[in-house]
Amino acid sequence: MKAKKGKVSVMTGNVAAANIARLCRPEVVACYPITPQSEVAESLSGFVADGSLDAEIVEVEGENSAMNVCRAASLAGARTFTATSSYGLVYMYDTLLETAGFRAPVVMINVNRETPGIHAVSSGQQDMISTRDAGWAQIIVENNQEIIDQTIMAYRLAEDYDIQLPVMVNYDGYYLSYLAEAVEMPDQADVDAFLAPLKAQPQRPRIIPGKSTGCGTHGIEMGYVEARYKHWAALERAKKKVDDIDKEFGEYFGRSYGGQIEEYRMNDADIAIVTSGSAAGTAKTVVDAKRDEGVKVGLVKIRLYRPFPEERLIQALKGKKAVGVIDRSICFGWKYGPMCTELKAINSSIGSVPILSYIDGLANLDITIPHINRVVDEVNAAAKGKAYQDVTWIPME
Amino acid sequence: MKEIRIHGRGGQGAVLAARMLASAFVAEGKYVASFPMYGFERRGAPVVAFTRVDDKPIREKTQIYNPDCLIVIDPGLLTLPTLFTGLQQGGVFILNSPKKLTKQPNENLKIGGVVNATGIAVQEIGRDIPNTCLLGAFAAATGWLKLESILACLADYLSGDILQRNLKSAERGYKEVEVIKW
Amino acid sequence: MVIKHQWIFKTEAPWSDANEKMLALDTGSWRTERPVLDKAKCNYCGLCALYCPPQCMKDMGDHYEANLAFCKGCGICAHECPKQAYAMKPEGEFTNES
Repeated sequence: MKAKKGKVSVMTGNVAAANIARLCRPEVVACYPITPQSEVAESLSGFVADGSLDAEIVEVEGENSAMNVCRAASLAGARTFTATSSYGLVYMYDTLLETAGFRAPVVMINVNRETPGIHAVSSGQQDMISTRDAGWAQIIVENNQEIIDQTIMAYRLAEDYDIQLPVMVNYDGYYLSYLAEAVEMPDQADVDAFLAPLKAQPQRPRIIPGKSTGCGTHGIEMGYVEARYKHWAALERAKKKVDDIDKEFGEYFGRSYGGQIEEYRMNDADIAIVTSGSAAGTAKTVVDAKRDEGVKVGLVKIRLYRPFPEERLIQALKGKKAVGVIDRSICFGWKYGPMCTELKAINSSIGSVPILSYIDGLANLDITIPHINRVVDEVNAAAKGKAYQDVTWIPME
Repeated sequence: MKEIRIHGRGGQGAVLAARMLASAFVAEGKYVASFPMYGFERRGAPVVAFTRVDDKPIREKTQIYNPDCLIVIDPGLLTLPTLFTGLQQGGVFILNSPKKLTKQPNENLKIGGVVNATGIAVQEIGRDIPNTCLLGAFAAATGWLKLESILACLADYLSGDILQRNLKSAERGYKEVEVIKW
Repeated sequence: MVIKHQWIFKTEAPWSDANEKMLALDTGSWRTERPVLDKAKCNYCGLCALYCPPQCMKDMGDHYEANLAFCKGCGICAHECPKQAYAMKPEGEFTNES
């Protein structure tokens, strides 16, 4: 490990996010407040006011403009940062798509909250799910330290010349955004050092005053197809890049998260639970307790959601007798939860095993330890050949 | 692991109290995870904050269903039917109230700490923000934290005159809490 | 799936009737003070009912009364009453403490 030990202090997820964003030295920040992200926007304004963040803050009237500002600044070569949630994320939807289409390497924090439709000011992953086809790389984290570490890694991923994709770092509203726990904030010098390799790379194209360069395919049909193809290919390349960056981060800072997925006690497991976000932390407690009872269960925590970590998941789950997927969201139009439907797409590569879908943790209702216990028990029974319910809405039962 | 559940209303400092508790426990070398749950961010709306303390990292991120300790910032919340739900046997109860506790509010409670935190806060801080006073009372009634740890961590959140006033409020909470054992 | 949850809304989309109740929200628990009417001053003008945000004022025939299940104690009725017939009293005076 090469990094100095950082300062340990108690911080909420939002304040940790704002601080690490500051240390990554963004040049342009445009951020509109929304519950449960407000403290991120407030902290950033505070940093600019007290001089600890040397960035141009553009005060915008809404999230659509926030992303427009970030995209434009990014295309002019600036490092940018923004944060949003739920309503804000969908308010910027058109420009979210454009940012990805233009391959502008914006890094955005999204604090997961239920989406519009019937109004909820509560935790849930529906906002992330609603934008999974926007063409962004999407990562979701489990605790406040991971928020800090993943944001640094997000810039390495986004601005990598071989990738050039915007990256969304997701974390659960309330459970992490307002969670106060001790975190180690890296030293500015170490953050600079970890991001320094980007400077050695070729410079990406940018808008330069006075020069007549621009970005866009302007209706040239094969131009459109080509740009989409390159975008798709970059997303595919991003998978290995996430693993590589995580490995490098581990060597430099002494903390590693497994890259695309984290495998917890999976080596000798017979059955597996798959989940993401803060619930993965709770699930680890259940896995340990079940292991003490002799149940050989393991946990796969999905970190990289887009691009979908297909190869790593197949590698982790192959040979397991049954899998339970806990989704903190709904896949409108499919019976199963979103992550579950995607796992079903690779089931033939896993071994065509029972994959049980659980929908839980919506609207600030917890994914509790008893809920996860139930999931393990039912997956265990399915592995032994017992009949099972293919989808369960835990809060409804 | 100890699980503490704080009940208050928006505007009384329940959220800040949970964070200050976290800082104080971390200063004593413990692992802490503390977060609030509320719907609308509005003065008067009920707020619940959950603080877990342990000697090893805390991974579960759920609300607290089986608290070892309840801290009630608003006496009006005593009528809340879910207040004592899940309370562990041998539980502790810290209450802000100008009146004495005449009976054991719940059979699982072993220790009760009552202090007129509103009164003390109004005297020392000039406003009805009873959170720091209750933290002092918590330290005295439970013995899970040293008063010094609480006083030291207040500086992470407050400064100047307001800090001094809150330090007094917390000290008075520690000294003036009436501890009852059932 | 065996659904144990009891429906809160009678309709497919979550409709509610503002005349009967304000959504399914427990706004009554938000209250730290409540409006107390001096009937002698009330002239049944209905302004309090008109301005009440959760629309919880019950028409009692010659005056209005707040439905305490939903009254959030905002004090707008007291503020708007042209006869100053309402006093906002702290909840603590009404609840039983143990």
